[in-house]
Amino acid sequence: MLNKYPMWKNLMVMIIIAIGGFYAIPNLFGEDHAVQVVATRGAEVTASTQSAVNDVLVSKGIAVKRSELENGQLLVRVGNGEEQLLAKEAIAEALGDKFTVALNLAPATPEWLEAMGGSPMKLGLDLRGGVHFLMEVDMGEAVRKMTEAKVADFRTDLRAERIRYAGIRNGARGIEIKFRDAETLANAERFLKSRSADMVFTDRSTGSDYFLVANPSDVYLKQIKEEALQQNITTLRNRVNELGVAEPVVQRQGAERIIVELPGVQDTARAKEILSATASIEFHMVDQNADVQAAASGRVPAGSELYQRREGGPVVLKKAVMLTGDHIQGAQPSYDEYSRPQVSINLDSKGGSIFSNVTKDNIGNPMATLFIEYKDTGEKNADGSVKMKKIEEVISVATIQARLGRNFVITGLGHAESQNLALLLRAGALIAPVYIVEERTIGPSLGAENIENGMQAMIWGMAVVLLFMLVYYRGFGLIANLALTANLVMVVGVMSMIPGAVLTLPGIAGMVLTVGMAVDGNVLIYERIREELRNGRSIQQAIHEGYGNAFSTIADANITTFMTALILFAVGTGAVKGFAVTLMIGIATSMFTSIVGTRSIVNAIWGGKRVKKLSI
Amino acid sequence: MFQILNIKGSINFLRHAVPISILSAILVLGSLGSLATKGINWGLDFTGGTVVELEFSSPANLVAIREGLSTEETDGAVVQNFGSSRDILIRLPVKEGVKSDTQVAHVMEGVTQLDPTVIQKRVEFVGPQVGKELAEQGGLAVLVALICILIYVSFRFEWRLALGSVTALAHDVIITLGVFSIFQLEFDLTVLAGLLTVVGYSLNDTIVVFDRIRENFLKLRKGSPEDVVNTSITQTMSRTIITTGTTLVVVVALFLKGGTMIHGFATALLMGIFVGTFSSIYVASFLAIKLGINREHMMPVEIEKEGADQDTLMP
Repeated sequence: MLNKYPMWKNLMVMIIIAIGGFYAIPNLFGEDHAVQVVATRGAEVTASTQSAVNDVLVSKGIAVKRSELENGQLLVRVGNGEEQLLAKEAIAEALGDKFTVALNLAPATPEWLEAMGGSPMKLGLDLRGGVHFLMEVDMGEAVRKMTEAKVADFRTDLRAERIRYAGIRNGARGIEIKFRDAETLANAERFLKSRSADMVFTDRSTGSDYFLVANPSDVYLKQIKEEALQQNITTLRNRVNELGVAEPVVQRQGAERIIVELPGVQDTARAKEILSATASIEFHMVDQNADVQAAASGRVPAGSELYQRREGGPVVLKKAVMLTGDHIQGAQPSYDEYSRPQVSINLDSKGGSIFSNVTKDNIGNPMATLFIEYKDTGEKNADGSVKMKKIEEVISVATIQARLGRNFVITGLGHAESQNLALLLRAGALIAPVYIVEERTIGPSLGAENIENGMQAMIWGMAVVLLFMLVYYRGFGLIANLALTANLVMVVGVMSMIPGAVLTLPGIAGMVLTVGMAVDGNVLIYERIREELRNGRSIQQAIHEGYGNAFSTIADANITTFMTALILFAVGTGAVKGFAVTLMIGIATSMFTSIVGTRSIVNAIWGGKRVKKLSI
Repeated sequence: MFQILNIKGSINFLRHAVPISILSAILVLGSLGSLATKGINWGLDFTGGTVVELEFSSPANLVAIREGLSTEETDGAVVQNFGSSRDILIRLPVKEGVKSDTQVAHVMEGVTQLDPTVIQKRVEFVGPQVGKELAEQGGLAVLVALICILIYVSFRFEWRLALGSVTALAHDVIITLGVFSIFQLEFDLTVLAGLLTVVGYSLNDTIVVFDRIRENFLKLRKGSPEDVVNTSITQTMSRTIITTGTTLVVVVALFLKGGTMIHGFATALLMGIFVGTFSSIYVASFLAIKLGINREHMMPVEIEKEGADQDTLMP
């Protein structure tokens, strides 16, 4: 029988639309004012932190709507913006500087809905306000650092092998090593090749000048750049966490750029200051003659200073700095032969020689690693600059076992600690400088205005289109309108479901456009049905033919639009990407609702029975 | 049922094809001429520089603001109203050796003297390098889109039709760009997005007509290719008018209500929808005929699509 859908098909339509609708629901609930607590520097947010926060808020008379502890962070929802500010201050004061306390707007999705994976659409910066930075990593500097390290390596290696060279320098052609005769050059080339597989050596001798030139291989060059980028991302991420911004974004863009987005931040000057602030590492000898108890009560020996360990407890260190973190080139967590965790550190050549000298005289003595960081206090100096607070902590104390050179390991750490230390050492400073190539600040009022404008356009456009369809196609128009509404709900649902999808202003424009273009599918089908009726087909035949003939047209037309959306997605950044995403989702859902969705209703009403007249 | 068009038989659209093609050619040449001489008023996204959007508490005095921006750092600034008389947009060009922060600080210093309650709504800085890359990427995107479509349409239809549709798309893109050039409207990233959407939309229209042309070549055993094309265009006319109408309604809504930030996008679409609808008939179809499209060209395609596989494809 014509125009009858099997039960499973009707069910499928209903289920798909129900799922889309279900995941669109969280968008109806709006947002709660919330305070977010994240641990920094080794601290941990636990149930006890949670109860401490609750106690503080109760004592201040602030009602807690909901308090959630998840993924090591605490989110406390309060009534309104005023209470939120009070709560933030109170919590920050109570918890101290081991925690970052930030203002947040948390989706007010009910818990049962959240438990089923429901969450509202994420809004782009243009809709909620904030700062966007596009930063470029200075790769020239990263490569220069590497080649300089190689120059020092070659020097030591050649000396150790007793191959005499006339000079090594970092020249325009690469690392240029000069020799007195061809034979030494050949020896050196053979030897160096066996030592550094990642370098390419070329003989550039002219006349009586014997030159060997070394350049990083393409693979190695790529690896250097990749590492520089990754390391800078880690560093920036650590710093952004210190900023106390809710839901910041730090992600790579292409081969040399990093995007940093800070929603809700308006003061770019402050953001920039912190992004460029440095944390660093210093190595000091532990003052073993000092009485820690006495020092803790104020009697610190001259030439020494009292510090706190990260895990608690005082320790007295000699003031003289053995080595600063500027010389650290890399740090990786690893395991020794007894599978005990350790951190291997590589220094640059200068650091290596300094370190080798000081450790020679201190074998058997404990050495401390001091972590220094400048943190924004939130206050300003008289001249308007940000007041920074210096925070110093001892992150490890280890006994020097032997004279150390450029590469050494720090042991006596737990597994997690070694991972952390390696990260901190690497994250201390940026391996290569980054500079801002693009910066956008959107005020929160502008964001709200953008949403308002977009919604207005959507409501007006939608109202006119729905009215027209109803008047022009009557019964079938009503079905098309149902499909259109379902389509919009599904776009919202799918946007909420996909974790990476972000709603932007052009995204809203994309949705509005979908409303106008999505009727195309139904118009094509309905016009076809009318045509078939005019040509004298029976009603059932006309419906069948109408849907059948329009299908390939709709598919072709939509596939090509989808292709342009895909290209837009590939080349676009930020907001344009947002538009492309909504457009693609809109195309997929509108094809589904306008073809399968409406057919299911049409079949249910008119299919498989004698119909005298169609309402079309 | 009431209908916008109630046509018996077919309208001879192609009768007007020659004069309209000439008009089209003039528009394209005019656009190219304007693009060559006046160029495009590239927005911040493509040139690099700094944009500051400000909201004054009362209608802003543009002349006074401009006077305040004649310092060395802010020389060459463009000051214009943005949406309302209280909203102002200031564009500052990239200056060698001057930081964007300094430029913004100068601007804020000047405008707070005029209105202490002025609100800084938006600040954007784009480096010249990023802008250049974006312009290259944008041009490439449009080109890639056209090539992909050419391939898809030749695969699904026939090369004459594919060439017709791509020419029509290029025609739409050039004329839309031409309008932006002639009126020196600012061309930013959202306009580029609009332009690519125009490509998609205009192709939508072309494909609907082509689909019908292919079908009619197989169905109508009699008649010249011109007749078939005329019949096809006539048959799809109601659909074209309705879809163009509903899309126009929402784009007009975007244009009027969507706010200043997507004004460029809406403008590009508004232009593109007009030009695109018209080009699917007079450029795409007409060119395919001039390239000698006829019944035989449609035969092989029929075997691999339409008919047999239809029922399984149809839900």
